[in-house]
Amino acid sequence: MKKEMICIGCPMGCYLTVDYDGKTIREVSGNRCKVGLEYAEKEISNPERTLTTTVKVNNGHLPLVSVRTNKPIPKNKIFSTMDLLAKIEVEAPVKIGDPIVQNLFGTGVNVVATKNIAKKDDVKVGSR
Amino acid sequence: MSEFPCRDVDLVVVGAGPAGLAAAISAKKNGVQDLIVIERNDWLGGILPQCIHDGFGLELFKEQLTGPEYAQRYIDELKERGISCLLNSMVLEVTPEKKVFVASPEGLVCFNAKAVILAMGCRERTRGQICIPGTRPAGVFTAGVAQNLINLRNVMVGRNMVILGSGDIGLIMARRLTLEGAKVHAVVEILPHTNGLPRNIQQCLIDYDIPLLLSHTVTEIHGQNRVEAVTISPVDENLKPIEGKEKKIPCDTLLLSIGLIPENDLSKNFGVKLSPVTGGAVVDETLETSVPGVFACGNALHVHDVVDFVTLEAEQAGKSAAEYVLGKAQKAERVPVEAGDGVRYVLPYSIRRGVDVELSIRVTCPGENVSVGFFDGETLVKKKQFRKVHPAQMINIKLKGSKTVAVNALKVEVVGK
Repeated sequence: MKKEMICIGCPMGCYLTVDYDGKTIREVSGNRCKVGLEYAEKEISNPERTLTTTVKVNNGHLPLVSVRTNKPIPKNKIFSTMDLLAKIEVEAPVKIGDPIVQNLFGTGVNVVATKNIAKKDDVKVGSR
Repeated sequence: MSEFPCRDVDLVVVGAGPAGLAAAISAKKNGVQDLIVIERNDWLGGILPQCIHDGFGLELFKEQLTGPEYAQRYIDELKERGISCLLNSMVLEVTPEKKVFVASPEGLVCFNAKAVILAMGCRERTRGQICIPGTRPAGVFTAGVAQNLINLRNVMVGRNMVILGSGDIGLIMARRLTLEGAKVHAVVEILPHTNGLPRNIQQCLIDYDIPLLLSHTVTEIHGQNRVEAVTISPVDENLKPIEGKEKKIPCDTLLLSIGLIPENDLSKNFGVKLSPVTGGAVVDETLETSVPGVFACGNALHVHDVVDFVTLEAEQAGKSAAEYVLGKAQKAERVPVEAGDGVRYVLPYSIRRGVDVELSIRVTCPGENVSVGFFDGETLVKKKQFRKVHPAQMINIKLKGSKTVAVNALKVEVVGK
């Protein structure tokens, strides 16, 4: 079977043609580097994505902190992760890298903060 | 305002987005001691804090960072290097003598600068600029405004969406809205090709089964208080809607991702020559504008698709400004660089003979197995082959000084299949 896909490894966005049989790859063409090859293999066997979203913060200078999974998660876990994160609230201050959820669905992947959020009272206009 | 007391300063950087931050850091690294960054918002990093998706920094850090993480690296470095910033402060006017007037929380202040770096970024095109007919209900947002509301302010903009324009922000928002529970009925693009990065087509649209309608546009907005529907139509090769083929899509929100315009109101008011193609300043290979000692970089110079290239360009602007301030900049004769067939624009607009330069080029239409050629009259100076070129992907080509020692002018063209 042949499948066309676009590599998401970098902004180059190589157009890949993947020739495969079940979960075995026969040939990948169109990739400019090994990232494309690894991506194609993953897409056929177990597609994964890094999820980025936001989580509610209490008493922060902003109402939300941006977060990400520290590793890619299976594509079919994306919406269940969104549902889980919708119920979570954290307390300011938050630092980049702070764990928000650990060992997500037993995958060993953590959800971590990607932004520093100061306590509301600590921020004066123009002092950030 | 010429009688107003001014503080002498070596360099003023206008804007603290990714370009302003990198330019200021680079200027300081290259020897400018007395500099100030002026930012109209109350935060540093410009648009990056709302760009919570990843993919930033791959070129410079070999990592996939999110926007806020990328910004923080430069904010931290700015602070470590002791570079001062004026937040909540708007530059009102720059004069050709490089007096910079600023409305700040302390009142009107003025800087008498030796050099100025213009790093104001860009703004989004709006409904008015493409004249979509129909009523004027609530529920029409530019994609960046929707991104700000959702990612920073915890405000959801709608439930049933149509997105006009397939620029990267539109694609990123299609995914973001889907994750937040909205239904994106279609991304509508007037051109026969998308304007976003290919990987965003995959990870934002294909991943979530969001339909992409190429060669289509929105021809009417319906609804009194709130958007109730939009009419979309296919377009012909002249981008004119084909009558009788319209389709009405019920929705409550229309997002517009229809292009970005470099923000240069400040620049044109003091005689900085602008390019009608990019909307940014006309610069030489040092990124100096037509006003001596004034440099431009980032999206205020031309709209970039990858922030890493904004940073690299801003570092060049910072270095050039430092050389100017320290009296190391050399006056030199330059040869013009012009965009020819198949090329929408090429930067810089002039270069010094015999100096290594890197050019940024945007093609007019997608192509496969094409070459970009540099010609001096009929003479081919350099040629580089590309497996794929796309208007949404800026091409960077290095040109060795040894190739340009004797050229009179350069024309950049897309040649042959």
